[in-house]
Amino acid sequence: MVKLADYAGGQTAWCPGCGNFGILVALKRALVELDIEPQKVLMVSGIGQAGKLPHYTRGNVLNVLHGRTLPAATAAKIVNPELVVLAIGGDGDGYGEGGNHFLHSLRRNHDITYLVHNNQVYGLTKGQASPTSDSGFVTKTTPQGAYNPINPLTIAIAAEASFIARGFAGDTEHLANLIKLGIQHKGFALIDILQPCVTFNHKNTYAWYRERVYKLEESNYDSTNKTVAFEKAQEWGDRIPIGVIYRKERAAFEEQLPALTKGPLVRQNIDPTKVERLLEEFV
Amino acid sequence: MPVDINFMIGGEAGQGVQSVGSILAKALAKGGYHIFADQDYESRVRGGHNFFRVRASDTEINALSESVDILIVLNKESIDLHHKELNGNGAIIYDGDKIKDVGKNESLFAVPLERLAQESAKNKLMSNTVALGAALGLLGYDKNIITSVIEQHFGTGEAGKANIAAANTGYEYARVNFKRNFTHNIIPLGDGKRMLLSGNEAIALGALAAGCKFMAAYPMTPTTTIMEYIASKAKDLDVVVVQPEDEIAAINMIIGAAYAGVRSMTATSGGGFCLMVEGLGLAGMTETPIVVVLGQRAGPAIGLPTRTEQGELEFAIHAAHGEFPRAVLAPATVEDAFWLTVKAFNLADKYQTPVILITDQHLASSYATVEKFDLSKVTIDKGLLLSKEELAKLGEYKRHQITESGISPRAIPLEGGALVVTDSDEHNEEGHLIEDAETRTAMMLKRFRKAEGLRREIAPPRVYGVTNAEVTLIGWGSTYGAIKEAVDLATADGLKINLVHFNEVWPFRAEAVSNALQGAKKIIAVENNATAQLAHLLRAETGYQATGKILKFDGRPISASYILSQLKQEVR
Repeated sequence: MVKLADYAGGQTAWCPGCGNFGILVALKRALVELDIEPQKVLMVSGIGQAGKLPHYTRGNVLNVLHGRTLPAATAAKIVNPELVVLAIGGDGDGYGEGGNHFLHSLRRNHDITYLVHNNQVYGLTKGQASPTSDSGFVTKTTPQGAYNPINPLTIAIAAEASFIARGFAGDTEHLANLIKLGIQHKGFALIDILQPCVTFNHKNTYAWYRERVYKLEESNYDSTNKTVAFEKAQEWGDRIPIGVIYRKERAAFEEQLPALTKGPLVRQNIDPTKVERLLEEFV
Repeated sequence: MPVDINFMIGGEAGQGVQSVGSILAKALAKGGYHIFADQDYESRVRGGHNFFRVRASDTEINALSESVDILIVLNKESIDLHHKELNGNGAIIYDGDKIKDVGKNESLFAVPLERLAQESAKNKLMSNTVALGAALGLLGYDKNIITSVIEQHFGTGEAGKANIAAANTGYEYARVNFKRNFTHNIIPLGDGKRMLLSGNEAIALGALAAGCKFMAAYPMTPTTTIMEYIASKAKDLDVVVVQPEDEIAAINMIIGAAYAGVRSMTATSGGGFCLMVEGLGLAGMTETPIVVVLGQRAGPAIGLPTRTEQGELEFAIHAAHGEFPRAVLAPATVEDAFWLTVKAFNLADKYQTPVILITDQHLASSYATVEKFDLSKVTIDKGLLLSKEELAKLGEYKRHQITESGISPRAIPLEGGALVVTDSDEHNEEGHLIEDAETRTAMMLKRFRKAEGLRREIAPPRVYGVTNAEVTLIGWGSTYGAIKEAVDLATADGLKINLVHFNEVWPFRAEAVSNALQGAKKIIAVENNATAQLAHLLRAETGYQATGKILKFDGRPISASYILSQLKQEVR
């Protein structure tokens, strides 16, 4: 049995009280509860405070460039589907710099789980607006206030994502459960995580979220109804839903690759006699 | 009498210029001739002006020729544009029913292409095949070979039969109606066993022979056909080809795939390569083996999208922020394209760093005959890759272990049980991010020790021609065949001239290059660019200076005759 101690990692460099701690706790808990060994886990992380997470636990780690988690993570999954692949990054990383990869990875439905630490602000570069900053959010680069945030959930629904959830870093038990569902889901699982930033975001604080968040599973919400999901995904303000927003069963990208029917790509070689036959075609 | 005959097929996009060209090339290759065929096309799907040149010789050739013996035109514009390239005794095959007002020109040979196509194949569209038959009729070429090549191209069904009928009609028409004495009678030299393929096809085959299991690329002229070829064979060879959203995704995908344990590549042109540059640095930092094919076209920006240039040598060598080791290989010929692709994969694995295979539109889309690649000579060297047993013995695994060679033993996630940790931030031996000066310095030194090993793997330049030359030409990549031919012609003319040519450029073999150039009296750089980038590199690395430059940057390939004409101005 996998124990929590198997996921004990190095010293953290996050601010005391950072929402990232809650996400780290929830992730470890999900992996332990699913009895997944660290050797089977691949964490592909981006740049930003979220991108440091893999260093504070154990597993295979590929820390990449800002915004580029998804291409690297999805390709690693294709090469070895036996790996549990987690992409980890922030809102700037995934919804700003990596926006194009986000759209197309959703569309292709790679079988990975994507954790977006969404604190609505840039932490590593010290407090600038992010693509999800609330309208009017004043920062050094947006002295007149940020305007019109993007909504990753409605975008994901429109891109036909097959699993979309929203968690809250202040409720680790609930979040751990969402991460478990995401990992178990066959296809792309987006988990957008409301993450308080205690240093740079004095608006969307723990207290602010606690007053507003409510759990979808506590009502009889139907997460398979796309129209309802689209409405729910737009709810923001006095009440903010968390839980599984939308799910749809459809074939994962890897399931459509003929080469993978013969096992993981990493354990296959190319037969030279087949290459010899190709050469003959040019004679 | 030695045979060296050059055909040109000219017409609009969509008229079948390429189809006639490739069948002609194949028919001559089957007859045992050496072929070099190149294409010139515009960035459009229909219309415009395209041509395809097929040069056949009884000795090895690796370059185009600009003087044409048989010009097959599918529209009038092709006569206007190309009649001046015709040799004195050449012939122009055209549709006399359709193209009028051609003036008086002895070389014109009118063939009712469309009418004969309708009569023989019940299809006017096959007039290009009638023209092909007429051209081979002028030569009195072996009809059985023509038939078999058409069958290979169109199959043995209705399309094949109709095309054979069309070709036969054209052939017979030429035998009966061509009254001039055409000096090129070409008989097959034997059963041609050589392969006829393009530079891109050679790269694709090289990648498959090297065991490349994953390719991600975004379509871009002139390398798209590499991806298309591999994708067409992916099911049979169990390869995965992904066309992602952009080139940034492509390079980051192959980094993810290579990290997860398979040989991976991408292919692009300069514009796409610009987008890949940050990824190149990621591969350098995380010590991930990747192969990037950079098929140059004329830049900057969109430039001339379907045309050739060598404007990115220095870019390939220096692309990305920060410093890390890499190799840059520049195939000179179609044969080179195959073997250097294999080598690129081996170097990438052995030194755990990116390898760039730099070609250009000219090499990418030109066809040449080569002896069939001997796959028994292909070695797959994955370098220091730890087995399960070795990892178990090791106990603690450090992905970026500091070693004397700079090469850290590699492990693959899940395959050996070790945790594989790497970071785009500077990191320690375990792969965790660090900021201290001491570890940073140790890691930089470790990575650059790999460059020394890599340098020893790079072949010195090829030297061709006399040893005590008055003039030494230098060049790199696809210009090899043209420069070599220029050296032969100038030598025959009495000039003491040689060639120092690079097909493996980086890391630069300064000492070997200096030895090759020792005593050189006048060095002239021959390059398909405006700034003589190899000459810069030569001066920076060795102090040798090219005092003459023969450059071409009009988007068209360099030929031997162009070099000779420029050489006359450089050497008086």
